[in-house]
Amino acid sequence: MIFVAPYLIVFTVLLVYPLISGMWLSLHKADLFGGSQFIGIENYLRLIRDEVFLQSVRNTCYFVLLTVPALTLIGLGLALALNNTSRRSAILRGLFFSSSVLSVTIVTLIWRMVLIPDGGLVANFLAAIGLPPIPFLSNARLALPAVAITTLWWCIGLPMMLFLAALQQVPAELYEAAALDNAGPWRTLFSITLPSIRRTAVVVAVIEIILQFQLFGQAQIMTLGGPDNASLPIVLFIYQIGFQRWDIGYAAAASEVLFCIILAAAMTQFFAARGRRKT
Amino acid sequence: MDDRGESYVTGLALKGVSKRFGGTLVLDEVSLEVGADEFLVVLGPSGCGKSTLLRAIAGLESIDSGAIEIDGRRVDHLPPGKRGVAMVFQGYALYPHMSVRENIAFGLANIGVARQEIERRIAEVARMLEIEALLGRVPSELSGGQRQRVAIGRAIVKDPKVFMFDEPLSNLDAALRSRTRQEIANLHRRIKKTMVFVTHDQIEAMTLADRIVVMNQRRIEQIGTPGDIYSHPATLFVATFVGSPSMNILPVTRVPGGGALQRVRLGDGTEMNTRVPAGALPHDGTLRLGVRPEAVRLHPPADGRAAAVVEFVEFMGDKSFVYLSFGGEDRIVAAESASFAGRPGDSVGMEFDPAAAHLFDAEGRNHRRSS
Repeated sequence: MIFVAPYLIVFTVLLVYPLISGMWLSLHKADLFGGSQFIGIENYLRLIRDEVFLQSVRNTCYFVLLTVPALTLIGLGLALALNNTSRRSAILRGLFFSSSVLSVTIVTLIWRMVLIPDGGLVANFLAAIGLPPIPFLSNARLALPAVAITTLWWCIGLPMMLFLAALQQVPAELYEAAALDNAGPWRTLFSITLPSIRRTAVVVAVIEIILQFQLFGQAQIMTLGGPDNASLPIVLFIYQIGFQRWDIGYAAAASEVLFCIILAAAMTQFFAARGRRKT
Repeated sequence: MDDRGESYVTGLALKGVSKRFGGTLVLDEVSLEVGADEFLVVLGPSGCGKSTLLRAIAGLESIDSGAIEIDGRRVDHLPPGKRGVAMVFQGYALYPHMSVRENIAFGLANIGVARQEIERRIAEVARMLEIEALLGRVPSELSGGQRQRVAIGRAIVKDPKVFMFDEPLSNLDAALRSRTRQEIANLHRRIKKTMVFVTHDQIEAMTLADRIVVMNQRRIEQIGTPGDIYSHPATLFVATFVGSPSMNILPVTRVPGGGALQRVRLGDGTEMNTRVPAGALPHDGTLRLGVRPEAVRLHPPADGRAAAVVEFVEFMGDKSFVYLSFGGEDRIVAAESASFAGRPGDSVGMEFDPAAAHLFDAEGRNHRRSS
């Protein structure tokens, strides 16, 4: 008991208490300057009718669909390609992971320079082959995919490392047995490697679902949620309501909705994977 | 080495096989022939190269020079699956997410054997190994002994020309190990194929082998039947590695002019005859006498006999091992009857059976009379 006490205290003070007080707050009409009045579920009813909020929920789900499968599959692909002891693979592992250590500000600055129509890297390429520049960040259909690509580049290191760690746990004897059993490279991949790292794939997917539902910095810096809320994610919506319009009771209600969405999505993925394992 | 009879057919042949890992030599010009229905055990201490030898035959390690032939066909350039070998791994290496049935079928499915044929062969193997009831389970639901059987089943079902076992009994408890040993011996009697079994356990080697290959430091020390290896060890290494407790080794000096057979003097000055022809020995260099514990006889102390002091007695039930100090520095083990009454501190007289005494020269070669 004495050993878990420090963790338990931190957990209670920094997680359980804010969670409960957030729920309580979401039942009030409150602003940051102290005024607070209990209004029941009025904030939640407002959310359902708030077209901007609904738009942000759709945006966020779309963003998660764009990023999570891609992060999982590309992370797995990179790990499979780089899971060997050659010097080249060691360097490439370092390179692919290096973007993860950058702050969101740097990442978005780099990708702005790549994507802006006025002298950006992509625009220069297009100009070289005689095509007009594409305004990725100010086009309502391209803004969110552009943020997704930036996020892929930024976040690919973690899934790759998790998959690499899992691949190295697969006993070498299994591959040797498979070689003696005449299994070719594809057969080995699908019959030995992938089943052996299935748990890690579930972990990666759940972690990424939780992370990507919390999209904020990239959208805030690259598009400010625009154009016309086309790239507005839920967290940015919460930020704008809570800290620009000071309506923190309403923002807290939106936070609770986000919390429930993430919980449901992660649970669905987790149980779906577990169900598959049983059959 | 040539007591193999006229019907001998080579199943597996290694010709001057060498292998390096970086700058380290792990196999040094290893040559070996194994009969088509022979059970060969490769015995040696850890790091002697025996596992590498097995893996080279299987194709899991490449070789740097030499040739490997199976059934007269050179295979060292072929991938593991094309060599006609099957292997039972130390950790069994069963595919953890596949059922026993799928584990056994995997190798057959990969080479396109028809589904009905696979089912027929699985049923046959399952009956032979008594694992019919386990076919639907996954490896994590099996005991160590059951996994062992499945691993053997996975090897048999492919009907390979050469079976290989990489220390397959080392993960089993003592009782199960003895039973599995008998089952493997039975299996070999039934399917009559080349089997190569790697172990560091001399009891496994002695009980299973038609012939034993003793390896040490990347090279073959001796090839012979279990009886040969025990009674006529070719080198000091084989003499001390095989047998438990191991052979007593004592420094001795030549006694000149003893006739055709070499007479030697022990550390305490006692002299004894051997059956080793004096002419066969090198004329100079140190000599060491080797005597197995069962060739040491203890008597009441008497003149003309080597005198030793009992240090302790290990009672084994059917016999006792008596540990003695002799001539100050030497230690000797004698196998005595269970009724041996000596106690630590007692003085005893000691005699060696000359017919069972070996003489090793400075290079460790044995010069014992070979009959």
